[in-house]
Amino acid sequence: MELALIGFVGEKFILVGIIFGISLVVAMYSTYAERKVAAFFQDRVGPNRAGPLGILQPLADGAKMFMKEEIIPTRASSLLFIVGPSLAIMTACIGSAVIPWGQPVIIGSDYFDLQVADINVGVLYIFGVVSLGVYGVMIGGWASNNKYSLLGAIRAASQNISYEIAMGLSIIALLMVTGTLSLREIVEQQHGFWHHGYFTWNFFRQPLGFLLFIVCAFAETNRTPFDLPECETELVGGYHTEYSSMKLGFYLFSEYINMFVSSAVMSTLYFGGYNYPGMDYVNATLGGTWGPLVGVGVLFAKIVFFIFFFMWVRWTIPRFRYDQLMDLGWKILIPLAIANIVLTGLFSTFFK
Amino acid sequence: MSLFYFVAFLSILFALLVIFAKNPVHSVLYLILTFFTFTIQYVLLNAQFLAIVNFIVYMGAIMVLFLFVIMLLNLNKDSEPIRSNFIKFAGVIAGGCLLVVIVAAVKALDKSQPVILRQGDLGLVKSLGKVLFNQFLLPFEVSSLLLFSAMVGAVLLATKDKQPSNA
Repeated sequence: MELALIGFVGEKFILVGIIFGISLVVAMYSTYAERKVAAFFQDRVGPNRAGPLGILQPLADGAKMFMKEEIIPTRASSLLFIVGPSLAIMTACIGSAVIPWGQPVIIGSDYFDLQVADINVGVLYIFGVVSLGVYGVMIGGWASNNKYSLLGAIRAASQNISYEIAMGLSIIALLMVTGTLSLREIVEQQHGFWHHGYFTWNFFRQPLGFLLFIVCAFAETNRTPFDLPECETELVGGYHTEYSSMKLGFYLFSEYINMFVSSAVMSTLYFGGYNYPGMDYVNATLGGTWGPLVGVGVLFAKIVFFIFFFMWVRWTIPRFRYDQLMDLGWKILIPLAIANIVLTGLFSTFFK
Repeated sequence: MSLFYFVAFLSILFALLVIFAKNPVHSVLYLILTFFTFTIQYVLLNAQFLAIVNFIVYMGAIMVLFLFVIMLLNLNKDSEPIRSNFIKFAGVIAGGCLLVVIVAAVKALDKSQPVILRQGDLGLVKSLGKVLFNQFLLPFEVSSLLLFSAMVGAVLLATKDKQPSNA
């Protein structure tokens, strides 16, 4: 019993370590990808000095961040000034705990579950972590003792609260279709691609819900067109005006990790997670070890596509004005989400 | 059990820090930590749904609004009015009265009867939903109406009076 428990905990620790490692590497290379994508959209070359094609650029950036001087303003609240970025990166990382990364991998006679925790309130857990994410920004902005930082923090808070509501309502419509809160079960319901004469992926059952969800995901991760908390034309640098060195790095990094996790959540909830057309055939051919790993690869391909989509939008669409942002959230997204719930209810009552 | 006592100690500690913190923003942050320890207690009771709702609603929404308002108010030491001794005296008496009432109530109830859960999965989403939407459907819907009326009232208070029309 003791030994089995230690083995279980050890296995989970290894999995958590791998997932953290992967999210950090993905976040690191997202910064590189962002600059390359931006360069492509603006007909430039982008970073190309550090290593072939500039592939070592993230390492150079990271080294620069670590080498810079650590400044804590005199009148800042020194403990909370450090808590802010720590909290931001922590809440960004813990969201990945409930995402099922793949089917269980069979090595020899052992099963390895590729999900850290299959709690039966998985969707709500994600939602809770998202709502916690705003504290990192708020505490950091307030502790800086700077008016621009505080304004950025307050913008972030009101934006996140407003868009959380629409996000929750769009998830409720999804839950009415799936009938479960466990992410593992939601993914298993989307097995394969085509079943009983219709697509199995939730995107084809909830297109409007997905649209609402992705708009809210943009707002929750503070990405353009919703990056008003760090709107440099109005607020100098937003909530991280006073930050320097790696503390600033953590804020920037947490944005990219958030992007990674929300891409994973979107692929899991709406685009079938690790499922792909013809997966049964592939699993039967490759066996229990490599078959699920192909599924993991497919999930990561979807995630990379969504990260690219985030960047695509960032370098295409200009920033909203603040009142436009609030109007969109409260007067368009929330009524649309409620209409989506009603439509879903009517549809599932009368057509099934 | 020892975990329960540890978490309970933490909640009491943070609750005391809420009161004793000089800075209102620190108070709110301690209150968030107190709510977090409550979430842990719910998890220990296997009440996952309550735990996560406490997490989302209290920690994630209500406390964000508290923090928001307190940050906007910008309570500095200079702008804070100095309380007179009379108010302090009245506060001590009122607090003491509350303490006496609570102690008396606990005494009158003799001893808390430990409730033994008959079903371990009582707090899971499925069983909670079944109870809420079968046995307690009417109270559930009535409470939603109550919340709705509160919301309408808040919107009514917040909107400015329109210009009287000429018609």
